[in-house]
Amino acid sequence: MSAAYDGEPLHTVLRSPSKEVTIGHDQRFCLIGERINPTGRRIFQEQLRAGDMSAIERDVKAQVEGGADVLDVNMGVPLTDEPDLLAKAIQLVQSLTDLPICIDSSVVEALEAGLSVYQGRALVNSITAEDDRMEAILPLVKKYDAAVIALPNDADEIPMEADKRLALTEKIVRVATEEYGIAKADIVIDPLAMPIGADTSTALVTMETMRRIRDEHGLNMTCGASNTSFGMPDRHTLGAAWLPMAMTQGLTCAIMDARSPQIVEAVKAADVFMNHDEWGMAWISAHRAKAAATA
Amino acid sequence: MSDPNEILKGLYDETLVGNAPRVLELTEEGLAAGMEPQSLLFEALIPSLEEVGARFERGDFFVPEMLIAGRAMAGAMERLRPLLAETGVETVGTFLMGTVKGDVHDIGKNLVNIMLEGAGFEVIDLGVQVAPEKFIAAIEEHKPDIVGFSAFLTTTMPMFKANMNALEKAGLRDQVIVMVGGAPVTQEYADAVGADGYAADASACVKRAKDLIEQKRAKVPA
Repeated sequence: MSAAYDGEPLHTVLRSPSKEVTIGHDQRFCLIGERINPTGRRIFQEQLRAGDMSAIERDVKAQVEGGADVLDVNMGVPLTDEPDLLAKAIQLVQSLTDLPICIDSSVVEALEAGLSVYQGRALVNSITAEDDRMEAILPLVKKYDAAVIALPNDADEIPMEADKRLALTEKIVRVATEEYGIAKADIVIDPLAMPIGADTSTALVTMETMRRIRDEHGLNMTCGASNTSFGMPDRHTLGAAWLPMAMTQGLTCAIMDARSPQIVEAVKAADVFMNHDEWGMAWISAHRAKAAATA
Repeated sequence: MSDPNEILKGLYDETLVGNAPRVLELTEEGLAAGMEPQSLLFEALIPSLEEVGARFERGDFFVPEMLIAGRAMAGAMERLRPLLAETGVETVGTFLMGTVKGDVHDIGKNLVNIMLEGAGFEVIDLGVQVAPEKFIAAIEEHKPDIVGFSAFLTTTMPMFKANMNALEKAGLRDQVIVMVGGAPVTQEYADAVGADGYAADASACVKRAKDLIEQKRAKVPA
């Protein structure tokens, strides 16, 4: 068992050469922009195969303008050299923006290639509680001094009970801290937010999981926010309701599409109510910027 | 209610809105009134599921509606299947389905299953994280017309090839049609692994599956 949580906020610190982002339960919510990802985008995939990376430039711009704090970069294109592609994409993204990067791949070699060219302190996406995933990826996280997203599922299943997700979270923390010397603050748990469209009873399990991970372990948490509204109409409204709810249960960052003002504004508003935006100054200056832009 | 037309209409309407208890009741009422199981299936349940699929494709229906309609139909099928077997009604074909090893995603696969069952296929679902040897054992046991491999991740797609190799090794490759699918899968990728068919969505899968079975049956000399 890992040591009991003492209540001190854990800070996951990510860096680019010129910018630092802190994720924590006492911090403003961290938006990890998700669009730099060719999954399900056929034209983007063809362009990447042909060596054309111009779409990345456009996606980076849109996420930055939408208010992303960190950018998720995934280059999972079938039938390509993913390590090479991911390394190139990361170098390109770092030349376009000073936001820190979340390096996203399930291919270990791609994660290593990305980490080796990344300048700063990255977030690695992701490991699970499976022994072979941890054995392959945690040494890289340590070697490159990164933080890591961890999903509390194993080879058998995505557990539907909060107890099992908690048990797997504890396993991940134990292995990462005791066997690989990774700081607890550098483990960001993805509590497994399932699509509401597939089963409306699962959202409350995720909320319970988040609450307990925060209260019992103090860990930072992220999720794939768009996943929660899959298969449903008016997805932005669902996202704008779900994220503030999840924030009150302990979600501290999310991989999400920063191009949706409705969702981004809902998160910023929730920051004010959670007392993470003192006197609402960030909210007020965003209002002024918007007013000035439309004047 | 014992008027066959009313029962058929009721079955169609209640399946469409996914009212599983009512669909089962109407199935019982129909059977009690002496209606043929195949009439309930082909004149109400299947057309209703086809309409569900069409609405889903148009964007008028959403995932939960498709899931509950599928569940309603599955409840009726459980009651009808033994009766249909007795009367010797042939299924369109048998479809063995599974999400590949390393992958736990199943929503898309389940939607495809619903549409296949709705079209009259017998679907055997092996679930998620299905290892090649498990596919092989199930193919040997059930002798399906088609086996479907589903993958949601670019990193689990290579399991298609591993499954194909296992089929070759077991000497089963010629005995079963192979279809692949999943969010990141493309026709190009399906070709690269040597699959017989690919479809981008659930209703396209039904059409492709029917075509592939017809082609195969046409090749077999009568």
